[in-house]
Amino acid sequence: MPIDPAYAGRTYPPTGPYAVGVEKIREFATAIGDPNPAYRDLAAAKALGHPDVIAPPTFPFVLTYTASRQVIEDPDLGIDYTRVVHGEQRFLATRPIQAGDLLTTTVSIDTIRSAGGHDMIATRAEVSTTAGEHVVTALSMLVVRGPDGQE
Amino acid sequence: MATQISYDDVEVGTELPGQSLPIRRGDLVRYAGASGDFNVIHWNERVARSVGLPDVIAHGMLTMALAARAVTDWVGDPGAVLEYGTRFTRPVPVPDDETGTLVEVAAAVAEKLDDRKVRVDLTVTSAGHRVLGRAQAVVQLA
Repeated sequence: MPIDPAYAGRTYPPTGPYAVGVEKIREFATAIGDPNPAYRDLAAAKALGHPDVIAPPTFPFVLTYTASRQVIEDPDLGIDYTRVVHGEQRFLATRPIQAGDLLTTTVSIDTIRSAGGHDMIATRAEVSTTAGEHVVTALSMLVVRGPDGQE
Repeated sequence: MATQISYDDVEVGTELPGQSLPIRRGDLVRYAGASGDFNVIHWNERVARSVGLPDVIAHGMLTMALAARAVTDWVGDPGAVLEYGTRFTRPVPVPDDETGTLVEVAAAVAEKLDDRKVRVDLTVTSAGHRVLGRAQAVVQLA
């Protein structure tokens, strides 16, 4: 049964605050195999004009993935998680996430549409500091494959 | 933001140095731990096959992160990447062996924007197939 498009516009409670630590950034940079010193070394980051070590462009996913589980687990939507495929991802940054940030993430549903037996849920995750400064917006397309859907 | 690449020195069509980056099973485990995405299809072949996949597949977000290297290595300051987006068009199977699979990244300046920004388009392939669609980054140049 298609997901009711009336749930578009629903906003979930903010998650966090998430305290961004330099070791978490280093761990993530190592996991993506990226030796860029801006992710590891305070002096290198400062030489680039950043106040502290910065995180890679896709690091916000660490925060938004957790926050987006509110959508996937929303009983009103009734999503079967085993059928969820990540269709699309965009990050729109005001500035990079940096060590020392205290961040909250607010997830909302932009649109819901059905096509070819699949449901397409466009979500928006706004990542801001606890002081209210916008850091990055993450836009995701979650595709819920229909029971008779083609691979 | 400090970058060595000047807006004045690039044109539409300017190619960025390409990247060829391996993904092995161990990389998937490491990425799962670092990102928090423990979806079973990224580490359990039995489950991956049971849902119709050819093998364990890489996290789309890992492929996206690797592809970003073409841009961040070029520009020097990863903080110069203002926008980055893609569609996940094809899964990247990762075989259970020592070599894994390779992600190949080609990138070029596609558009010169206002305020000394450029749009870079990325072509990302694995095993001869394009695995990301409309992979684009907006980058602040000097």
